[in-house]
Amino acid sequence: MPLAHFKFMRNACTGAHKAAALWRAKPRRTSCIPALLLCAAGLASTAAVAAPASVPDTIAQRALACAACHGKEGRATSEGFFPRIAGKPAAYLYNQLLNFREGRRQYPMMTYMVGHLSDAYLMELAQYFSDQHLPYPAPQAATVSAATLEQGHILVTSGDAARKIPACISCHGQQLTGAQPAIPSLVGLPRDYLNSQFGAWQSGTRKAAAPDCMAQISRQLRPDEIAAVSAWLASQTVPADMRPAASLPKMPMPCGSAPQRAAMIGTSP
Amino acid sequence: MTRRILWSLLAALIFIPMAIIVTDVVREPDNEPAGVPVTDAAQQIARGSYLARAGNCMACHTVRGGSAYAGGRAIKTPFGDIYSSNITPDAQTGIGTWSANDFWRALHHGKSKDGSFLYPAFPYPDYTKVTRADADALHAYLKTIPPVRQTNREHALRFPYNQRILLAGWRALYFRPGVYQPQAERGAAWNRGAYLVQGLGHCSACHTSRDALGGTAATTDLAGGMIPMLNWYAASLSSDARTGLGEWEVKDIADFLKTGVSRRGAAFGPMAEVVGGSLQHLSTDDIAAMAGYLKSLPATGSATQREPVDTPENAAILKLGAKLYEQHCADCHQANGHGAAAAYPPLAANRSLAADSAVNPIRIVLNGGYSPSTAGNPRPYGMPPFGAVLNDAEVAAVVSFIRTSWGNQGQLVSPIEVARFRGVPVE
Repeated sequence: MPLAHFKFMRNACTGAHKAAALWRAKPRRTSCIPALLLCAAGLASTAAVAAPASVPDTIAQRALACAACHGKEGRATSEGFFPRIAGKPAAYLYNQLLNFREGRRQYPMMTYMVGHLSDAYLMELAQYFSDQHLPYPAPQAATVSAATLEQGHILVTSGDAARKIPACISCHGQQLTGAQPAIPSLVGLPRDYLNSQFGAWQSGTRKAAAPDCMAQISRQLRPDEIAAVSAWLASQTVPADMRPAASLPKMPMPCGSAPQRAAMIGTSP
Repeated sequence: MTRRILWSLLAALIFIPMAIIVTDVVREPDNEPAGVPVTDAAQQIARGSYLARAGNCMACHTVRGGSAYAGGRAIKTPFGDIYSSNITPDAQTGIGTWSANDFWRALHHGKSKDGSFLYPAFPYPDYTKVTRADADALHAYLKTIPPVRQTNREHALRFPYNQRILLAGWRALYFRPGVYQPQAERGAAWNRGAYLVQGLGHCSACHTSRDALGGTAATTDLAGGMIPMLNWYAASLSSDARTGLGEWEVKDIADFLKTGVSRRGAAFGPMAEVVGGSLQHLSTDDIAAMAGYLKSLPATGSATQREPVDTPENAAILKLGAKLYEQHCADCHQANGHGAAAAYPPLAANRSLAADSAVNPIRIVLNGGYSPSTAGNPRPYGMPPFGAVLNDAEVAAVVSFIRTSWGNQGQLVSPIEVARFRGVPVE
């Protein structure tokens, strides 16, 4: 796993460097700090200034620490492990930040990062990344057989009625772009990340608010089915409009995290 | 001759240990002061709630995401893991049946309600300084929190450390019960600061180095130390200029404690938890008192200045470090190392860089991090992790560079030290 991280970082840094050339940062107030801090792969260094630094008093500046793993403005590619956070529903991101802080998700670096941040600040960070509607890169090339991909496709679009496994699209949207306030999109994510989340739900390392629908579903799936679903999802080209559906669909099963933080979203500025 | 040897052996192995154990078991010299009934119960509970913040009881007695004060957090020690206990007022699994005297016994004498010795992972060598009135207030407050049914977990200590009775020996060496004794000539504020720092603050639990048995010596009090098992270095709080608070003003110390950021540095690692969970909730007066007390601590005079050896190899390392600094660090920490106000701490004259141990800058470069959200700094700026971007030699180069630049008098760092801390999980 760590090697995958490092490889991702090296690829992502190169990718981000290219992305930076294509996608200029939003114009910022003139300051002594011109460039966003990307994953720091040789972005042009700035001239030294002796004057006191003025730091943009923005959430974007504060969230630069996240770019090291999640990519500039949260637009991580589908390579490697770290998921894209840009454009995800704000309540979903907020739930995950809380989950890391409270130990319901186990990833030491995330817990370390958010461990002493307040609820309100985590909500602000979540809202910031949720508002970033950025282009997606090309999907990962699938390395599995056509039959496996088809197996994944069937599970995603039809589920398995015999085992009462709903189709992924029944909650995550027909186009798998998620739904407000708290259901994430499933396309545009790294295959390794998807695999590891299924595994984490199976083992209980990842928990969501009860009733934990994803844990229930994950525990029904066989390893080959998980691999198929992850491979199929990761190989999909994302649709042109990646915005999540405006509201929750009719849920095929009760799910604690879906309505959980809806109230918070309604009150955020 | 053999009879003398036999008696000596018996004394060493049996009589003396028995004397130590029996003495500690039966003796409770400070049975006074007795609890004094209070007239205003609500005020006592409010004070207890405040004191619980000062002592940061919730941090150890709560597992991440768990019920408050229900225990279960693993405190890692070199002797094994010690699990914090349930101090909610649950009658079966908590301290619901404990009287104020029982609570005093624990806080002041380090003994449980049944008289058994408590492991000093519960820092009673510091909490013993708390007054009876404050202990009663804490007890009154704890009785009001929601009771939680959660059985205490067995400690995972290696033999012989799991033999509780042997704590008598540890206590004989390292523990003297006694309430804080004010020094009238220093004034009320200084004494309040001393009481908080030495007592509920239990700062010496981290900021004093420990010996192989996990005990601390008064002579090295608050002079800094590696926190056992956590792999962070708790800085010296003495007045040493280079490695301690010598160059900090009282306002800088107060800002640091209350908000987590200051002109001199920001709270990170385990101190982020202390500021976020405890110190930010203390009153301005109490924080000022603690800052004033800490500023008054004498210099240890132990820091020796050593120049890094000027060799071609070192010059090459520092040249690489300078280049990496300009590429990755200067945007925030500035070319002159001054950082930026409350956002990015200064590296010039940063005493974290002057400590003998390079663990703090190494782990910060590898892992980045955020200062805690506090009332005074609610939306902290973050530092990204560079562990995946820089290899061991590069981290060593940039840390060597910052430790030797801008008048910082630290030493160079080797890639082996970096490798050692790369694998340590962040908590």
